[in-house]
Amino acid sequence: MPYLELQGLERDFGTVKALDGIDISLGEGEFLSLLGPSGCGKTTALRLVAGFDRPDAGTIVVDGKDVTRVAPNKRDMGMVFQAYSLFPNMTARQNVEFGLRVRGQDKPDRRKRVDDLLELVGLAHAGDRYPHQLSGGMQQRVALARALAIEPRVLLLDEPLSALDAKVRVQLREEIRRIQLELGITTLYVTHDQEEALSVSDHVAVMYRGRIEQMGAPAEMYSAPATPFVAEFIGTMNRLEGTVVDPGAGTVDTGGRTITVEAARGKPRGARVLVLVRPETVQVAAANGAGGNTLTGEVLTHTFLGPVTRLRILSGEASLIADMPTARAAALPPGSKVDASLPSDEARLLDLTEEALPEIGEEPGPADR
Amino acid sequence: MRTRRRIAPSAAVWLLLGAAYFLLPLLATFLFSLRQLQTGHCCTVASYTWVIHNSEFWQTLKLSVELALETIAVSLVIFVPTVYWVHLKVPKLRAVLAFMALIPFVVPPIVLVVGLLNFYKGSPTWFYGQPWGFLVAAYVILAFPYMFFSLDSGFRAIDVHTLTEASQSLGASWPRTLLTVILPNIRAAALAGSFLTLAIVLGEFTIANLSLFHTFPIYLQYVNETQAYAAGATTLVSFGITWAAMLSLLFIGRKRGQRAAFIGGAR
Repeated sequence: MPYLELQGLERDFGTVKALDGIDISLGEGEFLSLLGPSGCGKTTALRLVAGFDRPDAGTIVVDGKDVTRVAPNKRDMGMVFQAYSLFPNMTARQNVEFGLRVRGQDKPDRRKRVDDLLELVGLAHAGDRYPHQLSGGMQQRVALARALAIEPRVLLLDEPLSALDAKVRVQLREEIRRIQLELGITTLYVTHDQEEALSVSDHVAVMYRGRIEQMGAPAEMYSAPATPFVAEFIGTMNRLEGTVVDPGAGTVDTGGRTITVEAARGKPRGARVLVLVRPETVQVAAANGAGGNTLTGEVLTHTFLGPVTRLRILSGEASLIADMPTARAAALPPGSKVDASLPSDEARLLDLTEEALPEIGEEPGPADR
Repeated sequence: MRTRRRIAPSAAVWLLLGAAYFLLPLLATFLFSLRQLQTGHCCTVASYTWVIHNSEFWQTLKLSVELALETIAVSLVIFVPTVYWVHLKVPKLRAVLAFMALIPFVVPPIVLVVGLLNFYKGSPTWFYGQPWGFLVAAYVILAFPYMFFSLDSGFRAIDVHTLTEASQSLGASWPRTLLTVILPNIRAAALAGSFLTLAIVLGEFTIANLSLFHTFPIYLQYVNETQAYAAGATTLVSFGITWAAMLSLLFIGRKRGQRAAFIGGAR
């Protein structure tokens, strides 16, 4: 039975439809990330669950109870905010204690609970410090302990790591996941960072223009994107527009160059399709004209990414990206003629509709305040 | 090794000129107040003895201090929740409030008092005939710009939305959020508004005079007209008492609010 359900949530801000019918169902103790670009409505959805805003339509059900019209201070939702939100006039300990004081808990119980939580987030030594005496990462840890102190029914995290530097971000996201698993708390996490979402979640919901494009396990989202937007947003993807020329053999014409894609078998002849290929599956070698399913082109640029180097290859009008081990990439400097071999069984295929392919970028709007 | 920062000669000159501008009148008043009533020669503390033993001095000063404290309390009760709500829920109204706050600067006190006297003419005597009724109502209007702009800057310095939502998500009600989360973090702004209000009320003459209330500035004016040396002593004693009141407010505020003094650093 689902623990948290969002049913048909809609929210308009003037003429902007921030949420256009969101349906989410989450089991108890599960971790769901709402992932999407700015303005996609993910923060709006989170704020509706927290009770800071009311939906124009739809319901929010927690543990079988409709909480859509319940005031935020009666919902028992623990929230960690994007901005540093510790109360500046209180120490870390007093911040964590705040929710327990509001609930009128006895002092000895409060003290023990606060000690346990500060220990849990690794800040037992910093309880008497004020927020200005804590680093950004420490402040967010205290904010997490504060949100957990009230034993919330759902933990809501609104891009809690976005203000932190890269190393702390990775460290803290792993800690959030550890604590979430340890406490078994149902968690809704908002982020625009796909790596963050994929690495800590049980489920990921990719949002775009107020709708959920696809929801599933992280591996599924990466390997089997259901829409061009998801394909573009999750990871890096080569997109080749083409037309099915031989449904039996699975061949697709991509602007004068024919490639074989297993997924194209059985598609109607002449169907417009989008071939999706991950950069790490593209095999690159010096051009020798041999081998099948290859596109010949010229290396334009090298981008050093540590263990791998990303090559941008121009093949006719098509631009391809391929990742290869850095040690081997040196042999194919910019300007080299290469053969890029596409894996026919690993390439994904999407039907290309008349609708223009989405461009991912900033979309100003009230959806993300 | 630490190097001592030297003050540039030109800066020292301007500093001295500035200090002289403020201190010379005080010094002159002090020297004047030491003159003997009969001969006009220096030096005697008779005027100070007279002031300290004058019951009317203490009565009017007590009344003005009480009026100031009442004005501060009423202003804080009205304006803190109002400015908080405007910042949180209707930020567009901030400009309207800021405009309204300028009105007491534009309308001369004499016009204000005539208007208020007419407006409150039919009100009960306990309000209309008492300084803590009518006068405080007028002083709240006079203090509005000072209180509003002080509080406004305080609310701008904190993340009102996030602090409020964090407090609410932890189960706190609106009053609890205002009193335990918001108010301690705008304490410095509230104190600044309170100082200005205290100073305005302790020195307000026109409204009290025209509405026939015997406050400290009225008494001061009376002494000034009748006893020149004593007026100097009265002025300096009241000056000292006002400063002492301000410093004690500051001290109390600092002691309780020193933890909140780092708001900016925490964000």
